[in-house]
Amino acid sequence: MNGAELPIWAACLVVLLTVTGAGFALVGALGLIRLKTFYERVHAPSLGATLGMALILCGSMLLLSLIEDRLVLRDALIGLFFTVTTPVTLLLLARTAAHRDRFDGNPEAPPEI
Amino acid sequence: MTSVTILDWGLGLAQGMLVLAMALAAWRMLRGPRAQDRILGLDTFYLNGMLAIVVHGMRTGSGLYFEAALIIGMIGFTATVALAKFLMQGEVIQ
Amino acid sequence: MSRVLPHPLLSLALALTWLLLNAPPTPGNVLLAVVVGLTVPAVMRALEPRPVRLRAPSAIARLLGVFVYDMVRSNIDVAQVILNPRSGERRTGFITVPLELREPAGLTVLAVILTATPGTLWVQYDSDTGCLLLHVLDFTEDSDWEARIKDRYERPLLAIFERTPA
Repeated sequence: MNGAELPIWAACLVVLLTVTGAGFALVGALGLIRLKTFYERVHAPSLGATLGMALILCGSMLLLSLIEDRLVLRDALIGLFFTVTTPVTLLLLARTAAHRDRFDGNPEAPPEI
Repeated sequence: MTSVTILDWGLGLAQGMLVLAMALAAWRMLRGPRAQDRILGLDTFYLNGMLAIVVHGMRTGSGLYFEAALIIGMIGFTATVALAKFLMQGEVIQ
Repeated sequence: MSRVLPHPLLSLALALTWLLLNAPPTPGNVLLAVVVGLTVPAVMRALEPRPVRLRAPSAIARLLGVFVYDMVRSNIDVAQVILNPRSGERRTGFITVPLELREPAGLTVLAVILTATPGTLWVQYDSDTGCLLLHVLDFTEDSDWEARIKDRYERPLLAIFERTPA
């Protein structure tokens, strides 16, 4: 831990960003448990993958920039990567589920287009 | 109350929340009921694990965990896509 | 120009990524970034990526603003839905939206936007009819989702990506 030279306000801001982001990720995971059908549950992880991740990465970039005393924007690459990949995974999962539900004649299955 | 204590406790709290989120995702992964629910659980699990590693990197104050987080993200993405494709067609490579 | 830089946007993105990864931009790193930006798109030419033309920079900026605002708001909405499940009032279901957008890059951006706003989920797109099947978590906020998607996202995307201005 080498944040001794950090001002108090910066530490508070970093902690606020990170804890809020972790809170969104936790609520997303909670939604995975609490929502009833599969198609409702697919919405839940994107909570952690969008705002939760963005806030945590902002906190990380702020902290590392202050510690290393220069602008560290590397973590934005993680954000970029996940912004591009999350739609692919969720879209594929939703299509797979729709395909399987239609095949099984499940009443939850989405309508044909 | 120094900034080190604030950071240590605050980031520890965030890490605990992310671990709890991983536990919830693991519960969905083990519980099912259908295969797509398990894959969704896996997706959430690795995402939260990646975020926990980022927060751990913040706690240690080193940028070394960045690569680990990026690689977990890449491998998790590949795994989820491969599993979803497998469920769709029964084959991964076609 | 087109011989040296077949995909200027790709070259720029690659060079910037290189500089972000190798953080303090020393002269050597900048040189390597330029080399990566120039050589990798030439290798990519074997894959024959479709050229993407962006226009209407003001529409890009406005769409970015709308996207960030909608992402934050829908995150808070979905968090509320999860934390107090008023399952009686909440109406969830599928809707179909007929799209005019045909450009693959535009459709990709639309998919990213709709997935990154947690209340909506892109399920299926039929490229023959141009119909998009969406799952919406909570209908109670705005009843007219179709008009919302067309006004807020599709129109700017048409202005940015389509060859003939709509």
